[in-house]
Amino acid sequence: MSLRIVVCVKQVLDPEMPASAFRVDAENNRAADAPGIPPVINGFDENAVEAALRIKDAAGGGITVLSVGEAFQADVMKKPLSMGADELVLVQDASLAHLDSYATALVLSRAIGKLGGADLILCGRQASDWDNAQVPLGLAEMLGLPCVTVARDVQVVDGGAVVHRVLPDGYEVVEAPLPALVTVSNELGEPRYPTLRGIMAAGRKAPKVWTAADLGVDPADLAPRVRVIDLAVPVVDRECEIVSGETDADAGRALALRLREDGLI
Amino acid sequence: MVDVLVFGETRGDALDSATAELLGAARELGGEVGLTLMGQSPSDGAPEAVALGAGRVYQMVDPLLDGVSTDAAVVAFEHVCQRESPSVVLVAATPGGREIGPRVAFRLGVGAAQDCVGVSRDENTGRVVARRPVYGGNAVATVMFPEADPQVVLLRPGGYEAPEPDPSRSGEIVEVRPVLDPSVARSRLVETVAAEAEGVRLEDASVVVSGGRGLGGPEPFEQLRELALVLGGAVGASRAACDAGWIDHALQVGLTGKTVSPDLYIAVGVSGASQHMAGCSGSRNIVSINRDPDANIFKESAYGVVGDWKAVLPSFIEAVRELTGD
Repeated sequence: MSLRIVVCVKQVLDPEMPASAFRVDAENNRAADAPGIPPVINGFDENAVEAALRIKDAAGGGITVLSVGEAFQADVMKKPLSMGADELVLVQDASLAHLDSYATALVLSRAIGKLGGADLILCGRQASDWDNAQVPLGLAEMLGLPCVTVARDVQVVDGGAVVHRVLPDGYEVVEAPLPALVTVSNELGEPRYPTLRGIMAAGRKAPKVWTAADLGVDPADLAPRVRVIDLAVPVVDRECEIVSGETDADAGRALALRLREDGLI
Repeated sequence: MVDVLVFGETRGDALDSATAELLGAARELGGEVGLTLMGQSPSDGAPEAVALGAGRVYQMVDPLLDGVSTDAAVVAFEHVCQRESPSVVLVAATPGGREIGPRVAFRLGVGAAQDCVGVSRDENTGRVVARRPVYGGNAVATVMFPEADPQVVLLRPGGYEAPEPDPSRSGEIVEVRPVLDPSVARSRLVETVAAEAEGVRLEDASVVVSGGRGLGGPEPFEQLRELALVLGGAVGASRAACDAGWIDHALQVGLTGKTVSPDLYIAVGVSGASQHMAGCSGSRNIVSINRDPDANIFKESAYGVVGDWKAVLPSFIEAVRELTGD
């Protein structure tokens, strides 16, 4: 039987957007949508999609991309399909807005149950908006799966996952029997670009859309276990001294002299 | 009865510095402080923790508690949480702690506040209030927990002072042998591969010369290496430069890479995305060279040159050589 891979992804504010475009929605204690700057799929989640595609290239199998949220931008969420994933499942309704990690993991676990389970679940190591790095841990706990984090390489060998985990000074090789959950880091390498053929194929695929009710999730279970009571933009009050010169080369020399004056070199 | 339970980590036979800091944070919160230590044998960290303020130390001893298996540590720590029912659990946001804290929280049916930079108590309710940077440093969130306990907080190392050890303090050291079933370990470590280290370790360097996307390719890093050599420093890079394959990922500075706090951080062609700044904002002086006067990096720099690094850097290196007599 072919390998069933589920990749969990999250739609996030583009972390590359200029800091000046970042606004807080103070009423709801969350980041405001940035007008004119489309959201993206969390970068580490794209690394997880890439990991899934490499496994599929090597060993075959089917890839389902799964996301939970209040609302999605369809073209953004279809990117993994255009990269080569087989299926997109969106769990979407108003009750799923801004869930905390526990609630997100709960909904994902139910969705994976409805999909009939998975042999390998891949997630990004953390999301670039809230950087919680908790949903994959919660999901593995709820599904009772082995959990291996921060992978820079994932392979499926003899019914097990062989994972190279990033360490501060090198890496370690860890084996876990399938089914298992693995979180992927950017050290895995850049996600592939969608091909024209992939984009056309993705255009023809409609996502499966489920609601929380379809999964039998009790809204009371989605109440936050960690509540955000304030969100504020920190004030940076450092003055930068701009060192200049007639030419850029002069400015370089002036900078060295200035650092010398202040005893920094 | 322990109010604040600290997940202790050891380095060799001593307490990890991050654990000593947690004891400082725990004592600020007030109440009876407890601490757990995990190991294959009892550790000298236990009396050390008592001297730093722990009133009760659970010394968990089991062959599976090898400091490698997160699974075994999760089971053992959950056991102590069940036994003590603390109102607050503090875990250091170390690579291991970042997993163990949330996993134990989920098992107990509560949430965890990840990677916090501060923790205190609400004046009126006594409930925990924690602060954490989010959106890559663009914002700081303040979070609280609804009624259920424990309130699990992961604290980023480096934010709290460790208390002064006081050998006259007394505390109870409880040795627990949980006899873990080998089946709790769900994955198996096959081998550890150390990266080849060259020159000064990035995290220890007093000068870091860092390159970003603006460098445009791998070759300019040669010039950064030259500058680092002259200054006795190390080379770092932004995630964008690492992901582009210009330089090894081991040198990535940022939220998910290395955290550095040198005296001098020289950023060349680094835009200063907040996730990068999270790894270097503890530097004493940031110096940046960037063509874009609006680049975010200037907001956190003490000195800057607005210009093309291709022209700025060679004359800067030459002048540094002359000035330092290299």
